Amino acid sequence: MLDVATSFDQYKFLGNEFLTWLWFVIEKDQNYFKQLEENFISLNIGNRLILENRLNDAVETISIKGDDAGLEEGILSLQKGAVVIELNLSFSAGNDNKWQFTLKGDTLDIINIKLPTTGAIESKKDVEGFVLEKVFLITKIIKLIDNLFTQFIRLRISNKWTQEVLPLIKQWIFR
Amino acid sequence: MGILSSSVSITRYKVIDKLEGPVAEAVEKGLTKNTISEIENMESDQNIGWTSFDNPFKPNFEGSSFVIGNYMVFSLRIDKKNIPAKIVTKHFSVEMAKQLAETGREYLSRDEKKKLKEKIIDDLSLRIPATPSVYDLLWNYEESLLLFLSNQKAANEELETLFSKSFKLTIVRLFPYTMADLNIDISDAERDAISKLSPTKFSE
Repeated sequence: MLDVATSFDQYKFLGNEFLTWLWFVIEKDQNYFKQLEENFISLNIGNRLILENRLNDAVETISIKGDDAGLEEGILSLQKGAVVIELNLSFSAGNDNKWQFTLKGDTLDIINIKLPTTGAIESKKDVEGFVLEKVFLITKIIKLIDNLFTQFIRLRISNKWTQEVLPLIKQWIFR
Repeated sequence: MGILSSSVSITRYKVIDKLEGPVAEAVEKGLTKNTISEIENMESDQNIGWTSFDNPFKPNFEGSSFVIGNYMVFSLRIDKKNIPAKIVTKHFSVEMAKQLAETGREYLSRDEKKKLKEKIIDDLSLRIPATPSVYDLLWNYEESLLLFLSNQKAANEELETLFSKSFKLTIVRLFPYTMADLNIDISDAERDAISKLSPTKFSE
């Protein structure tokens, strides 16, 4: 395996491409997620989308924030060569349980996960059950990200990426 | 933000290798040996150690109390005394004036000033309480997965050091490359293909 610091710098573009691809799939093919997630209801862009465009030595950052913000500026940035570096997502599954969280492209760290409501702790004996419920809800998001990232990586190293997926993404960007 | 909070942030690690002997016993030993100790009334300005997630100011790891289901749940605690620079400057000025008046000198040498500043910081450290920061950690031993509930760079660096010291195990942070390399079941040919990837241009 490569040195950790070297591999972080050299391949962080994979995380940004993953988020860019994910936005494309969210917009174009919600059914795609149903095969990955049991009891899937929806996966949507949440209240934050950050893109970055590196042109020569200059770095341009474009932030779109707000619950119902239009994403046209984001598409325009993609047209100019930007990639998504941070994405807030809203995920619903099961009995209308809702998660909201932010994914960072370079690290794939999961930030500010707002979990579905859980029961309250009323006594010390409730703590174990509460933790198990929280862990279950957290791992649901982790599994979703792992499944999506696995799909992305397999696609990314296949010929299908350049022959089928990339043309469709470009078509979506330059609609 | 901890596991009991309504909102959490997560940094993921893969744990390389396994412990020797019974797991809970080995973890309890590592936690107990590196439990946080109080630094109130001491000159130390920072202390780092493990604590219990549900009782961070009274750590207790006896009887595998940190095992919940498939996870081991405990916390990293960082106690730090933050002395405002202006307070140091004030005490330094007062003390320096006092020393100059006592000795009849006009100035202190650079070395004397340095020693005086260190003494002032040590004296203030004895009087200023440490601010604790607690970061929860969920360790799924079977899956060699560690979930650290913080994205703060400094906290993550302290975790990596203390974890390695406590359990003699290496942890590798999961980010795009390490996730592909360590967290996905891929063949050597696929691993090789990943290493040859270069950025996609979406705009051309």
